[in-house]
Amino acid sequence: MKCGIVVFPGSNCDRDSFHILKEILGLETEWIWHKENSLKKFDLIVLPGGFSYGDYLRPGAIAKFSPIMKSIMEYAENGGKLLGICNGFQILLECGLLPGVLMRNISHAFICDTVPVRLENDQTPFTSNSSKGSVLKLPIAHADGRYFADENTLKELEDNDQVVLRYCDSSGMVASENNPNGSLTNIAGIVNKSKTICGMMPHPERQADPAWPNVDGQVIFRSLIQSS
Amino acid sequence: MPLPPSPLVNIDNIESLGLTLPEFERIQHLLGRNPNWTELGIFSVMWSEHCSYKSSKVHLKNLPTEGPRVVQGPGENAGVVDIGDGKVAVFKIESHNHPSFVEPFQGAATGVGGILRDIFTMGARPIALLNSLRFGDPEEPRTRYLLRGVVNGISSYGNCVGVPNVGGEINFDFCYDNNNLVNVFCLGVADKDRIFLGNASGVGNSVLYVGSKTGRDGIHGASLLASSEFDETTEAKRPTVQVGDPFTEKLLIEACLEAMEHDWIVGIQDMGAAGLTSSSFEMADRSGTGVELDLSKVPMRETGMTPFEILLSESQERMLFVIEKGHEEEAKKIFEKWDLDAVVIGQVTDTGVMRMTMEGEEVVNLPIHAVVESAPQLVRPTKKPNYIEAVDTLNLNIIPDLERGEGILKLLLKSLNIADKSWAYKQYDHMVGINTLVMPGSDAAVIRVKETNKALAISVDCNSRYCHLNPFRGAQIAVAECFRNIACSGGVPIGLTNCLNFGNPEKPEIMWQFEQAVLGIGNVCNYFSVPVVSGNVSLYNETKGKSIYPTPVVAAVGLLEDQTKHCTQWFKNPGDHIALLGLTLEEIGGTDYLENYLDLCQGSVPALDIKYERMLHQLCVELIQNDLIQSAHDCSEGGLAVAIAESCFSGPNQTLGATIELKSSIRNDALMFGESQSRIVISYSPDKKEVIEERVNNAGIDFSSLGIVGGNDLTVQLNDKEFIKEKISTLEEAWREPLKRYGG
Repeated sequence: MKCGIVVFPGSNCDRDSFHILKEILGLETEWIWHKENSLKKFDLIVLPGGFSYGDYLRPGAIAKFSPIMKSIMEYAENGGKLLGICNGFQILLECGLLPGVLMRNISHAFICDTVPVRLENDQTPFTSNSSKGSVLKLPIAHADGRYFADENTLKELEDNDQVVLRYCDSSGMVASENNPNGSLTNIAGIVNKSKTICGMMPHPERQADPAWPNVDGQVIFRSLIQSS
Repeated sequence: MPLPPSPLVNIDNIESLGLTLPEFERIQHLLGRNPNWTELGIFSVMWSEHCSYKSSKVHLKNLPTEGPRVVQGPGENAGVVDIGDGKVAVFKIESHNHPSFVEPFQGAATGVGGILRDIFTMGARPIALLNSLRFGDPEEPRTRYLLRGVVNGISSYGNCVGVPNVGGEINFDFCYDNNNLVNVFCLGVADKDRIFLGNASGVGNSVLYVGSKTGRDGIHGASLLASSEFDETTEAKRPTVQVGDPFTEKLLIEACLEAMEHDWIVGIQDMGAAGLTSSSFEMADRSGTGVELDLSKVPMRETGMTPFEILLSESQERMLFVIEKGHEEEAKKIFEKWDLDAVVIGQVTDTGVMRMTMEGEEVVNLPIHAVVESAPQLVRPTKKPNYIEAVDTLNLNIIPDLERGEGILKLLLKSLNIADKSWAYKQYDHMVGINTLVMPGSDAAVIRVKETNKALAISVDCNSRYCHLNPFRGAQIAVAECFRNIACSGGVPIGLTNCLNFGNPEKPEIMWQFEQAVLGIGNVCNYFSVPVVSGNVSLYNETKGKSIYPTPVVAAVGLLEDQTKHCTQWFKNPGDHIALLGLTLEEIGGTDYLENYLDLCQGSVPALDIKYERMLHQLCVELIQNDLIQSAHDCSEGGLAVAIAESCFSGPNQTLGATIELKSSIRNDALMFGESQSRIVISYSPDKKEVIEERVNNAGIDFSSLGIVGGNDLTVQLNDKEFIKEKISTLEEAWREPLKRYGG
């Protein structure tokens, strides 16, 4: 499996994703510079966390217009696997590759914490290495992570089983008390209809190095390896 | 376009630049002529307290700065210490007090930006930020505004550049009412053979300006804002505060580190305080060279800027490089890749003179060494303040001892200085970079060093109440506690940096405090053989003649040879035993207990035996390295009771109760809330009891068995009488809520 990590000038979790994919999981991994106009062949492309172009306007709003995104859109339309983490998720929404928006956290503050999330669908290439209902403890770190979509979009997401992660308590119960940012129905991560594109606010790459006792984040990457 | 006429230089307007008449006469003498207005501006910033250390230098000489690990001591952008495996730790702490009071968000944000540049300037990738924040009385409406602004500023800048903010301290005291402190620390790691210094050597080499364009922001930040007291005109100084752009900083970090892979970089320095002036003068002075600059080539944000404004601007996110002649295009290509301005603005010469032109006209012609090294070195008078004698006495007989302890324990846990600080650090990305082995909330942060098995522990400390009561011992304790925090995490201190925040040095009483505090830091560092490798002095922390408490903030970096052998402060398992390493004396002077319960800031500061302290640290690290203990927590503010309570509930995963039984002949309040130094609360599995006691015995350290972890309550029996019995969840809530509620 060959992975590519897109580097926008303000990406700051790019090196972390690279570390996990290459050093920890031993996958062939390359950088993709945001000014490039074409793509080599990849089995997975990661849009990492960070502040792509400073995000002074709106997270991901400028990234949508970067040179590389044209090739990424083509790659995605041809069924290539695409994982957007945090800022990467925000970019996927700005580009329209996933439905909905991410608004300012309900607290209006940046939140960095480790929170439990429940796996809602194990029938995707991003989650198949675990089972529905299992609880992962994953870090979040964002100011704009409050997922929102209109009623029809939400219904469509539910009907197609597109919600993959929801914020919950440590036993897996999803309730408003354990919704860190005010996301609609506690949504923390979704996939597109064909389950090839996934966006999530939690950072699986931050909880995947065995230097820490918890390696829950490996579930996402191991699923991708399994399905490749 | 002809330059607009400069103001005439005369005795009336030199003061508007913050220069004194004797200083002006010294300049005339050095030059043999009158300086022009632009040159006078250069002297005003280079000779400011902030840049020249004119009041403090004579005392700073008393600090130990050398040692076998020191690669670079004070005098460069940051200190550098060898950590083995071909790697070095690069670190420094710096203040941004005055700007953060005038404009909290931008002041704090640019403080972070500035310290980051000091680190990557040396060739190191920044891997951790910490901060020490001090605010005034929480009841004052402005305090909350300042707290929110500062935390938000740090958060927005650090999060965007992607350097984790892994710890620090937040303290409130009325002495900071109109003078909050924002001290920011940064640690970077570099390859030992790839360290870069601020040199401008090699005649004919090019001077390259890199980064943001120069604007009119921050003019006189160093000379007028940071080097004078606050008064009614302070609000009008808001435009002297710089504005930060963390995205550009991020580009600068990546571009500079990429450029530094090449051998054609001769030297590099951040344009920080006093901007282009200090960077160009200091680089040339270190190399004994001259420099010629064409100011017309400086990228400018606005039109019509005068040479004076260009030279004194403190616009952020700018760097000055000296690169080997012939490599200009290569360098520009790297910076263009990162969409940064990079312009050759001059050359290195052999004249020892700084010659600057603008539109072909000579605007500056100054001997470099005279500007940099001839700032007056003052031996300011010192005098022990009268208050010292008065506060040093405390008659214990008039303070009745406590019969029960729950009320005081809750009072202390609720006090903002002891209460949980997660409201702040949850707004900081403290995990980015995936190196944070011990997250904020334990005694010290522990950061792993990739490509090695090592880790670095970092702690920032100062109890300014102690320093007010006794500046020498207060500073000693700041260092001792900082090292103790590192020992509790499993590290051995290898270097220290300090940020000395004091009042107006023109007052002999303030200079006495300063002198004493520096001696105190030097004393402990010498004994522990820990060098002071970098630092910063912030004077004039006064408003309308009222000074802050002396606040010598110290930050130390400790080394863990094996990153897996790190320890945290919270209890891990029900059934584990709890014990105290160290001795509790009957001393309550200067404690949080006295301050919160009786509103007293009085008495002798706790005694400190540095020999015992060092033996304690060696023992603690030995116990951690041999996997004998589950937790270690320093006893500091709030004493033993607070340390035990925090060990019960400060962990990220669970809250555990504890049952404590103690026998002692000293007063209950001193036993439970006194702040005797050199004490550590540990917990361990019962099967380790014998081997621990044997090692403690061999080490010559006092050991008292305290009790057992577990249950839903914290109960404390003193001499067979119940002293504390409270639900641990109630205590936890008392500790968790206050700052969250206050910060909102």
